[in-house]
Amino acid sequence: MKEIKLSINNQKIVVPAGTTILEAAKEVGVHIPTLCYHPDQAIKANCRVCVVEVKGSRKLSAACSTPVWEGMEVITTSKKVLDSQKGVVELLIASHNQDCLNCQRNGTCELQNLAERFNIGKTNLDIDILTLPIDDGNPSIVRDPSKCIKCNRCVETCSKTQGVDVLTHAHRSDQYIISTPYNLPLGSTLCTFCGQCSAVCPVGAIVEKDNTEQVFEAIENQKKHVICQVAPAIRTALGDAFGLDDGAIVTGQMVNALKQLGFDKVFDTNFTADLTIIEEGNELIDRITNGGTLPMITSCSPGWINYVEGKYDHLLDHLSTCKSPQQMFGALSKSYYAEKMGIDPKDICTVSIMPCTAKKFEAQRDEMNTNGVRDVDVVLTTRELAKMIKMTGIDFEVLQEKEFDSPFGIGTGAAVIFGATGGVMEAALRTVYEVVVGEPMPSIDFEPARGLQGIKEADVDLNGTVVKVAVAHGLSNAKIVMDMIDKGECPYAFIEIMACPGGCVGGGGQPINTTMATKSKRIESTYKIDKEKLQYRKSHENPAINKLYEEYLEKPLGHKSHELLHTHYHPRDKKIGNIKLK
Amino acid sequence: MGSVTETKFEVLNDELASKIDKILSENAYDSTKLVGILLDVQDVVPKKYVPMDVAAYVAAKLNIPLTGVYDVITFYASLSEKPRADHVINLCKSIVCKTNNYMDLQKSLEKFLGIKVGEATEDGKFALEYSACFGACDVAPAIKIDQDVYGKLTDEKLIEIINSYR
Amino acid sequence: MSKSVSLITENYNKYNPDSIDEFINIGGFTGLKNALNMSSDDVISIAKASKVMGRGGAAYPLGKKWEQAKSVPGDNKVVICNADEGEPCTFKDRSMLEKDPFRLIEGMAIAGYTVGAQNGYLYIREEYRHLHPQMKNAIKQAKEKGYLGKNILGTDFSYNIHVYSGAGAYVCGEGSALIESIEGKSGRPRIKPPFIKQCGLNLLPTCVNNVETLAIGTALLTHGAEKYLSYGTSDCPGTKIISIAGNVNKPGVYEIPFGLTLREIIYDIAGGVPGNKAITLFQLGGASGKIGPPSLLDTPYSYDDLHKVGLVIGSGAILVVDENMKPLEFLHSIQEFFCHESCGKCTPCREGNKQIAHILDRLLAKTQKDTDVDTLIRLAKLMSQSSFCGLGETAQSALLNAIRYFPEEFGLK
Repeated sequence: MKEIKLSINNQKIVVPAGTTILEAAKEVGVHIPTLCYHPDQAIKANCRVCVVEVKGSRKLSAACSTPVWEGMEVITTSKKVLDSQKGVVELLIASHNQDCLNCQRNGTCELQNLAERFNIGKTNLDIDILTLPIDDGNPSIVRDPSKCIKCNRCVETCSKTQGVDVLTHAHRSDQYIISTPYNLPLGSTLCTFCGQCSAVCPVGAIVEKDNTEQVFEAIENQKKHVICQVAPAIRTALGDAFGLDDGAIVTGQMVNALKQLGFDKVFDTNFTADLTIIEEGNELIDRITNGGTLPMITSCSPGWINYVEGKYDHLLDHLSTCKSPQQMFGALSKSYYAEKMGIDPKDICTVSIMPCTAKKFEAQRDEMNTNGVRDVDVVLTTRELAKMIKMTGIDFEVLQEKEFDSPFGIGTGAAVIFGATGGVMEAALRTVYEVVVGEPMPSIDFEPARGLQGIKEADVDLNGTVVKVAVAHGLSNAKIVMDMIDKGECPYAFIEIMACPGGCVGGGGQPINTTMATKSKRIESTYKIDKEKLQYRKSHENPAINKLYEEYLEKPLGHKSHELLHTHYHPRDKKIGNIKLK
Repeated sequence: MGSVTETKFEVLNDELASKIDKILSENAYDSTKLVGILLDVQDVVPKKYVPMDVAAYVAAKLNIPLTGVYDVITFYASLSEKPRADHVINLCKSIVCKTNNYMDLQKSLEKFLGIKVGEATEDGKFALEYSACFGACDVAPAIKIDQDVYGKLTDEKLIEIINSYR
Repeated sequence: MSKSVSLITENYNKYNPDSIDEFINIGGFTGLKNALNMSSDDVISIAKASKVMGRGGAAYPLGKKWEQAKSVPGDNKVVICNADEGEPCTFKDRSMLEKDPFRLIEGMAIAGYTVGAQNGYLYIREEYRHLHPQMKNAIKQAKEKGYLGKNILGTDFSYNIHVYSGAGAYVCGEGSALIESIEGKSGRPRIKPPFIKQCGLNLLPTCVNNVETLAIGTALLTHGAEKYLSYGTSDCPGTKIISIAGNVNKPGVYEIPFGLTLREIIYDIAGGVPGNKAITLFQLGGASGKIGPPSLLDTPYSYDDLHKVGLVIGSGAILVVDENMKPLEFLHSIQEFFCHESCGKCTPCREGNKQIAHILDRLLAKTQKDTDVDTLIRLAKLMSQSSFCGLGETAQSALLNAIRYFPEEFGLK
C-alpha cells in the first residue's frame, strides 16, 4: 500500500494512503473531537466538530472525512481551530435540552464530555430547542427529540447496519429532525426494538426504558420472592461500565453484586440456554426426519423475531417454536421452580438481566405467560444493572467472586457461547451431531460458526447426510438470508440469526461505547469461558437439565415442554390503510 | 410534553390508487424519479398533499422504504405532508419581491381570501403560502397559483385571477 | 443605441420553441454537426480558446472542466444540465428554457459528445414546472429528427436526454445535492471526496454544466471561438446573460458584453431606478452573493474587476436596492431565505443561520444585546469556515460585506 508523509502540528508521520486526518492524528497522540463519527459506521461529516486547519485550504477541513495527502500540513491546535470546534459545541448545546442532571446519559454523554473539554461556560447564543413530544409508548426505547444533536448515528444504524428503516432524517434547516415517517411513535412502526440506535446515540436522545425502580421496589416488597437470571453476554460486558478492560470476565463479581442488591436467588440464563438446545435440537432433528419446514431458524433473539414478524410474515413457519432462553426461564420460574419452592407463582418476581432492549418487549408479549402469570416480570439491560450497582455504592472492581444459586445455576460452555454470533449454532451442533451420529463431533470447537463475518456457512455431515447450516448477525444480513428463502434459493437446513451485529455481546442494551472492537474482545472471552472455565461444554451433559426432564418435563418436545417452552408467532400488523409499512 | 399519538390519514381509495398507478407507470416504476412522481401524485390527491397512506402506497409500489419517501416529502418545499387546499397560492417573499413591496400584495391577498399566510380558506379552495423565490423576479411582486405565475399585480387583476380558479 | 448584445440569446423570439423545423431553418444544430465532424479534443480546444468560465456561479473554466471529464476513465458517463437556478434575482436560465430550448439540447449533446457521455440529465427546478412540457416536447422532436438517440447524424455517438424535476430546494443547485435529487432522494450534499466528476450520478463519472454554459457551448461550436472572443474586453472577453431586478425600471434578462460598468447596466440597460431614487446597495449573484455600496457602481462587470473590489459575478444576478430599504432590512430578508433553505444536515449552517436570524431580529428592532454584533461576526465566520457545503459557506457573504461597507448599521466604526 502506498504510504503518505504528512505533518500534524509539525510532527512528521507516515500513514497508508486512504487514512483520514482523524486517524492519522490518533497515531501521533492527538485526539480530535468527534460526535457524528462512529468507528463502525460510514463517515458522515455533518457535525463539523472535528474541523482542523490544512495549510493551503481556503476553509477548515473535517478531519473525519478528509483523506491525507503527500506533504499535507495539518494544524489542530490553533485558536482558529479551537474557536471553530468550540463554536460547534456551543451551537449544539444552544439547541440541546440541557436537562443534564436528570438525563440517563449523565456521565456517559459525548456532548457533555466536549462541553467539559472546551470549558463551555455561559453562552451568548439564544437557547432555542425544537420541542417535539417524547416517545415513550413502547416497553423498550424512549426517544426525546429535544436532546437530539442530529448526528445521524441512529439513522445509519437503523437503515444500514440493521436495514430496519424506521428512523430517518427529515425536514430541513432548523426544522431538521431525526424522525420516523410522519413522526409515528416507534410502537406504531416496524421498529424491532433492537436498541442499536440507543447504543450508538452520543447523547440522551434515544435511551432504554429505565425499569430499575421497579426492581428496587420488588426487592423492598417483603411479600415478593425476587429472583434474577443473567444472560450469557452480560458477564463479558458489564465490566466495561466500570472501566475494566474490554471483555473482562466478571461472572463471579456480577453474581456477588446481584446478591448484595438483595435478589433472593441469582440464577443463570445459561441454564435455559442449555434447555433451548435440547428442545431446539430435537425440533431440528424432527423437522429433518419428518419433512417439517426447513430451513429452521433460531428464535432466541427478540429483535430478530420482531423483524421477521414485520417484514417476512409469510415465512414464520421457518422459525423454531422454542421460546428464547429468557422466556423459558421465566416460564419455569413460575411453574417448576414455584412448585419446588412451594411459592405461589404470583408472589415470584422474575427479573432478567439482558444485553438487549428488545427483551423488554418480548417479556411483555401476550403469549409469554404461564397460567395467566407473566413469565418474566422485569427486564433490565446491562446498562441498568451497572447503574444499580453504582447507585448502591458497590465497588465492583474489588468484589469477591460468588457462585450462582441452584437449581438454575448450572450452565455449560454450549450455553455461554449463546452470547456470541454463531454460538447457538455451535451449541446446537454439539448436541445434534451426537444425538444423530452417536459420537461427539470431530472437534468440539466448531470454527466455521465463529468470527464477525456477516454471514457464515458450513456443511455438517450427519451420518452421511450433508446438512448445510448458516449464521447471520445484524438484521441487514438477516435480510439477505430471508430473501434467499423467499426466492426459494436457500440451501440451508438450519440457520442462526441474531438481530445485533456480533450477537448478544453487541446487544442494544450493552454498555455505552460498545464498538466492533469491543465486541471482538467479548467474543474472545466468551470462548475462553467455554473452553477454560466450565465443567461441561455440551448442553445434553448439563446434569441440572437432565434432572429437570426427569422430575418435570419428561421428554424434549413433550406435552409440558410445549406448554411452557414453545410459542407461536404472528404477523406484526403495522398497516396504514391496506398498505403494509416497508 | 405528552406522548406521541398516532395520526390517522386514510385518504387512499381505489380511484386514487388507480390514478397513482398511472403516474407510477408513466415513470416506469423508476424510484429515481421519486421527486417528480410525488409532485404528480400530490396533484391528484385532494387538498394537494401526500398523506401517510399514499406515501406508504408509493413506497410499496416502488419497493423503497417509507423513510426515504417521508424524507423527500418533508425536504422539498413544494411537497407537503399536511393537507392544503384545491389550489395553492404561493406568495414570493424573496428579497426581490420585498424591494417591490410584496407586503402590500400580501395584505390584498389576505383581505380578499379572508385568511393569513399559512392558512386555507374555509371552503378548502385556496391555501396561501410563502415561497422563497420562484424566479419571477422580472415581474415582482409575484404569486404562483399551482403552476401558473402572475406578476405585476393590481388589486383588480388579482381578484380576477383568483376568481378564475373558483 | 443599445448596449446589450445578442450572441447566446441570438435565437430569442426568432422561432417557435415548439417547432424543431423552425429552429433548423435558422441554422439550428449547426454547432452539433460541427462538433461531430471534429474530435472531442478539438471541441475542448475551442472551449479553452474561448476562455469561457462556467456560469453556475463557481466560474470554473469550461474547457478545463470538459477536459477533466473526458479524461476520467469509464465507458459510461453522465452530463447533467443544472437548470435549478434558485438564487433570488436569478432567472436567466428560465429565459433559455422558454425561448430557445433546442439550443440547450444541442449544447447538452455537444457536451455529451465531448466528455464521452451516453446520457444527459436535465434537472429543472420545480418552480419552472410549467416549462417541462415544452422541454420534453423539444427532446422528443430532437430524437425523432435524429439529433438525439442512437447513432446521432449517422455517427457512432449515441446520446439521450432525461428530464428530472426538482421540488423546491435551493441547495439542489449544489452538484452533489442535485445528484441526490435525481437519484430520488432528499437533496442533501454529499461528502467530497469522492468528487462527482469521478463518482457522481449512480456512481458514474458526471459532468455538471449550467444552462447558460451549455448554450454558450452551442454558440462556440456554431460560430467558432473568435466570434465569442470579439465581444467584451481583452482581459475578459465574451458575453454574459444577466438577470437584473429589484428597484429598476426595466427588470429582465439581458445579454451584455463583459466590461460594461454596473452603472451602465443599471441605468442604460435596465432603465435606472424608479423615481430616480438613490441606490442603497446592490447585490451580485443572488442571495449568496456579495453586496456593494453605490460607490462601486463604476466597477466594470468582469471577473477580475469585480474581484478586485471584493465582489463576484456568481449566477449573473444583479439586484438593485433603493433608498427605501435599509441594509439591515435587506440582510434580514436574505437571512430568512437561508433559514428556509439550509438543508439542516451540518451544525454550523443549521444552527448558525438560526442564531444569526435571532440577532438580526434584535438589531432590526433595536433590542440587541451588547454581545450580539460580536456573536454575529463570530458565527458568520464559523459558517463560512466550517460548513459542510457551499450553501453554509456563502450564506453570510452579504452580512460580512455589509459589516465592511455599512459598519455604522452595526454600531461599528
